[in-house]
Amino acid sequence: MSESIESTESNTKRSRIGRRLRIERLSSYWLGGAGYFAIALFVLIVLTLLYQSAPLLSEYSIVQMLTSSNWDPAQNEFGFMPAIVGTIYVTVLSMAMGTPIAIFAAIYIAEYAEGRAKTLIGSFIDVLAAIPSVIFGLVALIVVVPFVGDYLAPAVGSSATGLGIFTVSLVMAIVVTPFMISLSVESLEALPDELRESSLGVGATKWETIRIVLLRAAGPGIFSAILLGFGRVFGATIVPAMLIGGQTQLPDSPFATGQTLPTLIVNDFGELMSLPLTQSALIFVGLMLVVVVWLFNFGAMLVRSRLQRRWQY
Amino acid sequence: MDRYAKQRLFSALAKGSAALVVAVMILVVAVTIVRGGVVFLTDPAIAFTPPGSRYMLEGDGGFLHAVLGSVFIVGPATLVSMTLAVSTAIYLQSDYSSERFSDVVNMFLNVLWGTPPIVYGVFVLTVIIAVGAQTSLFFGIVAIAIFQYPIMTRYTDEALRSAPDTVREATYGLGATRFETAIMTVRAALPGVIAGVIMGFARGIGDAATVLFTAGRSTNMPGGLFEPSTTLPVLIFDQAMSFNAEVRSHAYAAAFVLIVVVLGLILASKILAGRYARYTPGGRHS
Repeated sequence: MSESIESTESNTKRSRIGRRLRIERLSSYWLGGAGYFAIALFVLIVLTLLYQSAPLLSEYSIVQMLTSSNWDPAQNEFGFMPAIVGTIYVTVLSMAMGTPIAIFAAIYIAEYAEGRAKTLIGSFIDVLAAIPSVIFGLVALIVVVPFVGDYLAPAVGSSATGLGIFTVSLVMAIVVTPFMISLSVESLEALPDELRESSLGVGATKWETIRIVLLRAAGPGIFSAILLGFGRVFGATIVPAMLIGGQTQLPDSPFATGQTLPTLIVNDFGELMSLPLTQSALIFVGLMLVVVVWLFNFGAMLVRSRLQRRWQY
Repeated sequence: MDRYAKQRLFSALAKGSAALVVAVMILVVAVTIVRGGVVFLTDPAIAFTPPGSRYMLEGDGGFLHAVLGSVFIVGPATLVSMTLAVSTAIYLQSDYSSERFSDVVNMFLNVLWGTPPIVYGVFVLTVIIAVGAQTSLFFGIVAIAIFQYPIMTRYTDEALRSAPDTVREATYGLGATRFETAIMTVRAALPGVIAGVIMGFARGIGDAATVLFTAGRSTNMPGGLFEPSTTLPVLIFDQAMSFNAEVRSHAYAAAFVLIVVVLGLILASKILAGRYARYTPGGRHS
């Protein structure tokens, strides 16, 4: 009697363990798949873009396309030079405007601000980072465009409607700054307090502490934040498409209208997409974007790990 | 300049930069809310009226199609992406993978995180071309889900990382399997995970470049899973380029709706993260 009770009990126990182990095994397959998903997505993106830009690459030489400034898909002319120059212009200008402000603001948040002010400014930065870029473009249309067109461009002796490379750069600087700030603040705040204490203890002023000790120790993190910011501006689509004016020519001044690689895709998508070669050309633009941005990203990671070893405190 | 003057100069610079950034953010939000609020509040019906047949040209009707499109695209995309992101974060955090493999996957996730959204758009577009389909709601969902995946994984990963180790040790100590332990860890980090999902949702609902080529930029009400559709950011982008002044003014109303939704989502995520910091030992304040 008692034996049979024991055996049913152990049976239910065994079956329960069996079920748990079955769940464990099945879930580990699913989770394993999810673990590989990022790599699979990466490889899939590269392969599809490569495969679809193959028709263009087999017809024209890369060097010739990258250096030709004649972009006229309807005539099968694919010169990427104007868009490349425009992209570099925008990236360099907006990083030149955004980086110093981002670093100083990060220093303020991490080293000067305290208590509620810190929390408040931190949340402001988070909000700024989450505002959709199309809203920046829209606000810029009624704030930045008239300002640049009516005051700034005439002031430096150049006539412009206000749409153009400089406007895009200014707005992109605003878009990318909060992103760089929050990454820089993160790496400044990760530094141990002993660094600050010992530097102040040997008589350095607060600014000397920041410049000589903290910026150096947080340097790898800040540097990779800047590189990631570069990648952000480089691949920005909506703001340039709204504000750059969309003319495919080599820009002759910072206030000229132009084209960046992403806006090339946006502007020529649609009517021209039905031509297979144009389609392939625009997909090739996507491939170029991916390759450059990924180089920036891998560069940021590499720099970070290299410098971290060298700039040890 | 002596070192104290230098110190004063640079602290003023730091303060000034921070003030500038805050001022710009207030300007952007204020312009959107005031300009859009005026248009929206004088005629709130435009957000709930279907577009007329010549909406982009003459501005008859409203932009309900984009509001619904946003909900129908970003909602399912967030669910799909959340499932994948939480699973990936569990896989990377708990005892399924070696540390080395986690590092490799994290590297790829970082790279995907930095990939411009337009690339996801072009990628999904090439898939559409390859399978011979047309742009539709479905592919919009796919594109947004791919775009959200690295963002949500990052937040979820962070949340799971700050869940106390004692939870894991205690569950293992009671004889739980890895999966049961993982579930308990997610539960301990739940507010952080939810905050991350909300942030992913906010980013997804604000992004235009991914859906620009994949959902179809339709000017009609969303008709079905495989019919063209549009979202609010894409609509704002199109409205801002319109030649019709009324349509352009609708862009500000749409931006008002969008920014209110996004700000609300951020607020919700902040509140959750704040609660989270209070209840987790050693939790961070954000």
